[in-house]
Amino acid sequence: MSIRNDTVARQVTPAYDVARIRHDFPALHQEIHGKPLVYLDNGASAQKPRAVIDAISEFYAHDYANVHRAVHTLGERATQTYEAAREKARHFINARSPEEIIFVRGTTEAINLVAQSYGRNTLRAGDEVILTQMEHHSNIVPWQLLREQTGIVLRVVPIDDSGELILDELEKLFNRRTRLLTLTHLSNALGTINPVHRIIEMAHARNVLVLLDAAQAVPHLSVDMQALDCDFYAFSGHKLYGPSGIGVLYGKKDLLAAMPPYQGGGEMIRYVTFEKTEYADLPCKFEAGTPNIAGAVGLGAAIDYVSGIGLAAIAAHEQDLLAYATDRAAEVAGMRIVGTAREKASILSFELAGIHPHDIGTILDSEGIAIRAGHHCAMPVMRRFGVPATARASFGMYNTRDEIDALIAALHRAREVIR
Amino acid sequence: MSDLRDLYEEVILDHNRSPRNFLKKPEGTNHQAYGFNPLCGDEFRVYLAVEDGIVKDVGFDGAGCAISTASASLMTEAVKGKSLEQAHALFEDVHKLLTQRAESSDLGKLAVLSGVHAYPMRVKCATLAWHTLQAALENRQGETVTTE
Ligand SMILES: Cc1ncc(COP(=O)(O)O)c(C=O)c1O
Repeated sequence: MSIRNDTVARQVTPAYDVARIRHDFPALHQEIHGKPLVYLDNGASAQKPRAVIDAISEFYAHDYANVHRAVHTLGERATQTYEAAREKARHFINARSPEEIIFVRGTTEAINLVAQSYGRNTLRAGDEVILTQMEHHSNIVPWQLLREQTGIVLRVVPIDDSGELILDELEKLFNRRTRLLTLTHLSNALGTINPVHRIIEMAHARNVLVLLDAAQAVPHLSVDMQALDCDFYAFSGHKLYGPSGIGVLYGKKDLLAAMPPYQGGGEMIRYVTFEKTEYADLPCKFEAGTPNIAGAVGLGAAIDYVSGIGLAAIAAHEQDLLAYATDRAAEVAGMRIVGTAREKASILSFELAGIHPHDIGTILDSEGIAIRAGHHCAMPVMRRFGVPATARASFGMYNTRDEIDALIAALHRAREVIR
Repeated sequence: MSDLRDLYEEVILDHNRSPRNFLKKPEGTNHQAYGFNPLCGDEFRVYLAVEDGIVKDVGFDGAGCAISTASASLMTEAVKGKSLEQAHALFEDVHKLLTQRAESSDLGKLAVLSGVHAYPMRVKCATLAWHTLQAALENRQGETVTTE
C-alpha cells in the first residue's frame, strides 16, 4: 500500500474506467462559480452514486414499512431488505456472523456504544485505555466521558515527525491495568495507515482488546475481520459513498453478547414487565427504536457498488492519485506536507507558508475545488505538528489526475491572491 | 459569489502582510480578552489601555487567516482614541456590516470589510477580533470569547 508502489499502481490503472465511474455520480457533474466541480473533500464525506440514490428512493417508493414488527407484506419486505443490508455489511468486512453487525448512526455512535456499554460495565477505576495522538475527537471524547464516570486512566501513544505511531512507546504503555487499545486504522488528518495487524498482535499478547476506528479506512482498504482479529471495528456509511446517519459497529459475538444494552426501547427487548425486561438477541439488543431503515438499504447499495468496482482497484487508483499529488505539490512554493508516513492512503494534508488554510479553502472554492481547511477534528494532531490548521485534499474513487492538476494550478493562484 | 478581489481587498492584504499594533501589549494595559474560533483554530488576544473612559492605546497578538488578521489590525486602528461607548458602538456597526451588510455612514476604512458579507463561511473570521474587542471593553478576562 506504500505510495512508493507507484509502478504497481500504474499497471492496474488502465483497466480502471474512471470516466464510467464519474458518470455514475450525479453530483460531480455541476459547476461551482462557473468552474467544473473538483471534489476533493472525500475524507469529510463522499458523493453518492446513482445506485445508492435510486436504492433509497425505490425502497421508499415500493418497499417501506417498519422492520421486525409487522405481519403484513410490506413489513416483511422491509425487514428482508434491511437484513439483506446487514448481510452485505457482514460479507464486506468478512465478519463471521450477521449478529456481529450492529447498525448505528456512524463511527461516532459506534465508539460511544462501546465506551458506554462495554466500558462502563467492565472497566473499573484505575483500569487503563490506550489511545493515540492521531485520534479523531470522536475517539477521544467518549473515553474522556467514560473517565469522568468510572475513573479509568487514558494513555496516549505519541507519533513521530512523519505522522507514524511510535510503536516502542506503545510497547511501554502496556501494563497490568491495560484493558483496551483504541485507535484509528487510517488517520483522517495525516493519511497514515497504522500497522494494525502488528498492533493487534501486540495487544492480544497481553489480553488487551482492540477497537479500530475505520471511518477513513473502509473506503480505501479492504479488510477481513476474521484475519484481522480485532475486537471492535467502527465505520460510517457516508464516507463509503453511502448515506449519512448510518454506520456499523462490528464486535466479536462473545463480547457483544456479554455487553449490556446501550439504549433501551422498542426492538431491543424480548419481554417487558414493570418488574423485569428480557433483552432481545444480537444484533437487535443494540438497535433500540426504529432504525435508519432506508439508510441501511442505501449502505447496502453502496457496498454493492464499491464491491462491483473492487476495493483493490479503487485502492490502486487512489495510490496513483496520492503519489501524483505528492509529487506535484512539491512544485508549489512554501508547500509543507503534514503527514509523510511510509504507509499512507488518500489524504494530502498540507500548509502553504504565509497563507492560512482558510484562505486557501476560499480561493480554491472560487476555482470550483472543494477541500477541507481546519483542524479536521484532530486538534492534538495539529498541536503535535505546531499548526493551528491544515488544508486537506482527500481523494476518492472518482478523482482524476486532471483534477490534481487543477488543484495545483489553484494553489499557485492562491499564492498570487494572498501577496 | 462575487470576485475574490472584493474579499481580498488591497487594504486587507496590506493589513494581513503587516498588521498594525501587532505583537504589542501597550503600557498601562488594564483591559484584555481572549478570542478563539473553534472551527478553524484562529485565536487573538486584545489589549486595551483605558484612561478616563478613553482607549488610549491598543494592541493584539495571536494567529489567524488573512481576513481575521486584517480585521483585527483594522479594529485596533479604529478604536484607538475612542471612548468606551464609541468603541461599543463601532462594534455594533461593524457587526451589522458583516452580518447584514448594513453600511452605516462613517465606517471609513473599515468599509473594506463589507466584501466579507458575500462569503458566509468567512464572516466569523472577520468578527472574531471584534467580539474579542467587545469582551476587552468589558474586561472579561479569563473567559474565552467565541464567535458562536
Ligand atoms: C478517523 C475518523 N474517525 C471518526 C470520524 C467520525 O465519523 P462520523 O462523523 O461519521 O461519526 C471521522 C469522520 O469525520 C473520521 O475521519
